[in-house]
Amino acid sequence: MTSKSLSDLPPVGVIGSGNFGTTVANLLARHRNVFLYVRDENTIEHILSKREIRGHKLNKHITPINDLAELARQCDIIFPIVPSAHFREMMRKLSPYLHPYHVLIHGSKGLDISLPKGQTLETVTKLSRLQVKTMSEVIREESVVVRVGCLAGPNLSKELSARQPAATVIASPFNEVISIGKRLLRSDRFQVYGNNELIGVELAGVLKNIIAIAAGALNGMGYGENARGLLISRGVVEIIHLGRALGGKTKAFLGVAGIGDLVATCNSPLSRNFQVGYKLAQGMKPEEIFESMDEVAEGVNTVRIMKKCADFYKVRAPITSTLYKVLFEDLTVKEALDYLMRYPLNIDIDFID
Amino acid sequence: MEVIEKKNKNKRYKPILDKIPDWPVYQLSKNRKEFIEDVAEHAFRRIKEMRPTRKQLVDELEATVYREQQRMKRNRWRVDPQDEPKFWAKVKEDLIELTARPLDDNATDRKEDEILKRIVHRYAGEIAGNFKPSSYRFAREIIQFWFARLLNATRVKKFGAIFRNQYTLRDKIQIVGKVKQLRNLAKKGTIVMVPTHSSNLDSILIGWVIHALGLPAFIYGAGLNLFNIKIIAYFMNSLGAFKVDRRKKNLPYLETLKMYSGLAIEKGAHSLFFPGGTRSRSGTIEKMLKLGLLSTATEAQRNIYLNTAEGETPRKIFVVPVTLNYHFVLEAPELIDDYLSIKGQDRYLPEDDKYGSVQLIQFLFKFFTKGSNISVSIGRGLDIMGNYVDEEGNSLDAQGRIIDTRDYFLSNGQITIDKQREDEYTRMLSQRIVAEYHKIHRTFASHLVAFVAFEMWQKQHPKLDLFGLLRLPEEELSLDYPEFRKTCKRVRKQIYNLKKEGKANHATHLKGKIDLVIRHGLENVGNFHLKRPLLMDKKGNIITKDLNTLYFYHNRLVGYDLEKFI
Repeated sequence: MTSKSLSDLPPVGVIGSGNFGTTVANLLARHRNVFLYVRDENTIEHILSKREIRGHKLNKHITPINDLAELARQCDIIFPIVPSAHFREMMRKLSPYLHPYHVLIHGSKGLDISLPKGQTLETVTKLSRLQVKTMSEVIREESVVVRVGCLAGPNLSKELSARQPAATVIASPFNEVISIGKRLLRSDRFQVYGNNELIGVELAGVLKNIIAIAAGALNGMGYGENARGLLISRGVVEIIHLGRALGGKTKAFLGVAGIGDLVATCNSPLSRNFQVGYKLAQGMKPEEIFESMDEVAEGVNTVRIMKKCADFYKVRAPITSTLYKVLFEDLTVKEALDYLMRYPLNIDIDFID
Repeated sequence: MEVIEKKNKNKRYKPILDKIPDWPVYQLSKNRKEFIEDVAEHAFRRIKEMRPTRKQLVDELEATVYREQQRMKRNRWRVDPQDEPKFWAKVKEDLIELTARPLDDNATDRKEDEILKRIVHRYAGEIAGNFKPSSYRFAREIIQFWFARLLNATRVKKFGAIFRNQYTLRDKIQIVGKVKQLRNLAKKGTIVMVPTHSSNLDSILIGWVIHALGLPAFIYGAGLNLFNIKIIAYFMNSLGAFKVDRRKKNLPYLETLKMYSGLAIEKGAHSLFFPGGTRSRSGTIEKMLKLGLLSTATEAQRNIYLNTAEGETPRKIFVVPVTLNYHFVLEAPELIDDYLSIKGQDRYLPEDDKYGSVQLIQFLFKFFTKGSNISVSIGRGLDIMGNYVDEEGNSLDAQGRIIDTRDYFLSNGQITIDKQREDEYTRMLSQRIVAEYHKIHRTFASHLVAFVAFEMWQKQHPKLDLFGLLRLPEEELSLDYPEFRKTCKRVRKQIYNLKKEGKANHATHLKGKIDLVIRHGLENVGNFHLKRPLLMDKKGNIITKDLNTLYFYHNRLVGYDLEKFI
């Protein structure tokens, strides 16, 4: 892991210079030279002169570039970490340069939707798995790459940057991809677990954002730990029901990427999803909240998508559908909470045989 | 018959390789002895890798002997070799002698290796086919001659028609789809043909198809049970079949079998296997494939890339899905009974009804007088990853860009052997094959009417589960024709839509006036069965005489999401 051996090893690519993207680039740069794809020329100038981006210091082994063809030519292993809303578009640009020997491990916690012409997420009434895809499915659809994986787990960028102890999950049907991920990311402060349930792990990372908004709302109402304990445990049940309807396996939701990530996000006022919930409870209008944030909170779109999926697959998802009403149908957080507390739920666990 | 298939354009295809000595399958059998040695050697090494310690290997051998002795005690067949009990008794004796002393992992003398070699060598010999050009030609002639006699006798109703040649098999069996591409690919690479499987007649049918397309004989795995019947054994042997014994589930046997198939493909022998494993019991198009033999194609392709010297062009393997489309499956009533008794366990008890002699004569009469066409759809060629290939054999991605298949096996610029990766690749390939089956399977009028009728009855009894429905007395089931007609039309419309989206296909006879299509369907659906699954009564209503068999034919259209159009 010394800088001497670094130049002998092939470099690794990271696409996306957001918070998580730069954090991952820094983690990788301890083991390999890293090419970081940055869209904007000016940002590259900035990085080259200051060695930092939006407050993140950049490791000296990171080279910013803005040429996807060059990135794909230099790196067999690429970590695409861009918001889910831009993911497909990015894949379309990258795809011509990819070959079946490439390995892609993404770190985006969101869903991709393809709607029929003329429809928007607001107007469409039903959503099923034909329209809703995970990022690994987008990679498979848009490119010839088959060795695909994802990064998931409680990975709050600020804590990782501060070298606090943490863990992540690399999920992939290919053991090869998992061991590549372990080799490239593992350090004395960062544990890496492997999981073969790619779709389940991706969904766990996506669905926990819904519960994170709810956790923020409870916090904004001034409620304490009992309420949060209730939310997290019921949240796990809801995530599993929704996740299974979309093709995930139960065990993916119980590990680091599921419960681990859920607990971390629900206890983290730092997270954007938590912030959305918190501000809602404070009485801010959803539109005002969206405008005030620089990066999108994935959870808002997730709520919108999952509400419609839950209807299509006839899954009981009280937290999601109530949040939907708060975000898009003018229900207040207080009314929502009253409704949920009266909801006739009385089975604790019904997903384990 | 008013509804007539589009004028049969099936023409005669010239053989792509003139002389049998050029055929890969012939090359293989000419060097049969060396090939068996080769298979045994490779299988031996593979099993040693899988069971690296002495203890593991000895345990495996003990389990093998035990299972083999159980098989011989319980289930011996005519084809089983005479010296079998002696062979295994000796193996057992040697193993006992070996395990009398503790196993030393550092010892140089490894008796168990020799025992394993003995076993896999024997298995390789049992599996190996024996292709002979003379008997191949003879078998081919016999099949053609007798089929032609039968067809002409029944179709042309004149005295002496049996000697006519007005009809040939090509009139009875239509081959549609990517024939030209298949012939091209067979010249450029190695074909692995993977057909759907519904009837015991499939093996013979597909053998004829391969010949009719001018392709050299394929090697294929046939169940050893078929070799019990001498006359079939003769045909099978002469057509290049190798033997698959489904009674033997032990590791040395399974590995030897896979090695045989894999090495044959690697050596360029066109191969064929039914990836569903057995006949589709339920009548559905295969949804789950057996990955064992399929994985040998992936492995063979990797080995070809691994062993091709720089500058040489590696031989490519092309996977070609094929569906066999029938109005009528001879074994349907027995198959569906099997399926239902497995699925329903004790909730379902198959009824035991014997065929009376009147019904038997009726059956024979129909068999010889009524036409029931068969069509064979050849799918577009795929590489071992399930990518479509073009006429030149190049793999294409979704955007039509050329992919180098070799890249799938690269890690860090080197071809690597990664069993887990290849298992995953095989799984992906199997999903692609299933999707292709659904796409190329030709929906017949008989499938349409069976599907619609059964689903309508299901809808009329929403509270009944499948077994409840099947227990209803057939006399109580009747559909009004106008309603039935309307539903058929709606479902047919959706099949058209699916065809436009490239997700389904249908026979030309499905087009045209719906009344004629329905009549064609009713006339043909399971038309040789003693009890007709679907027919029209004197009042013009749709009724059934055998709901179970109707369910079987209905199942052919399950998987297209047509239920919501009922």
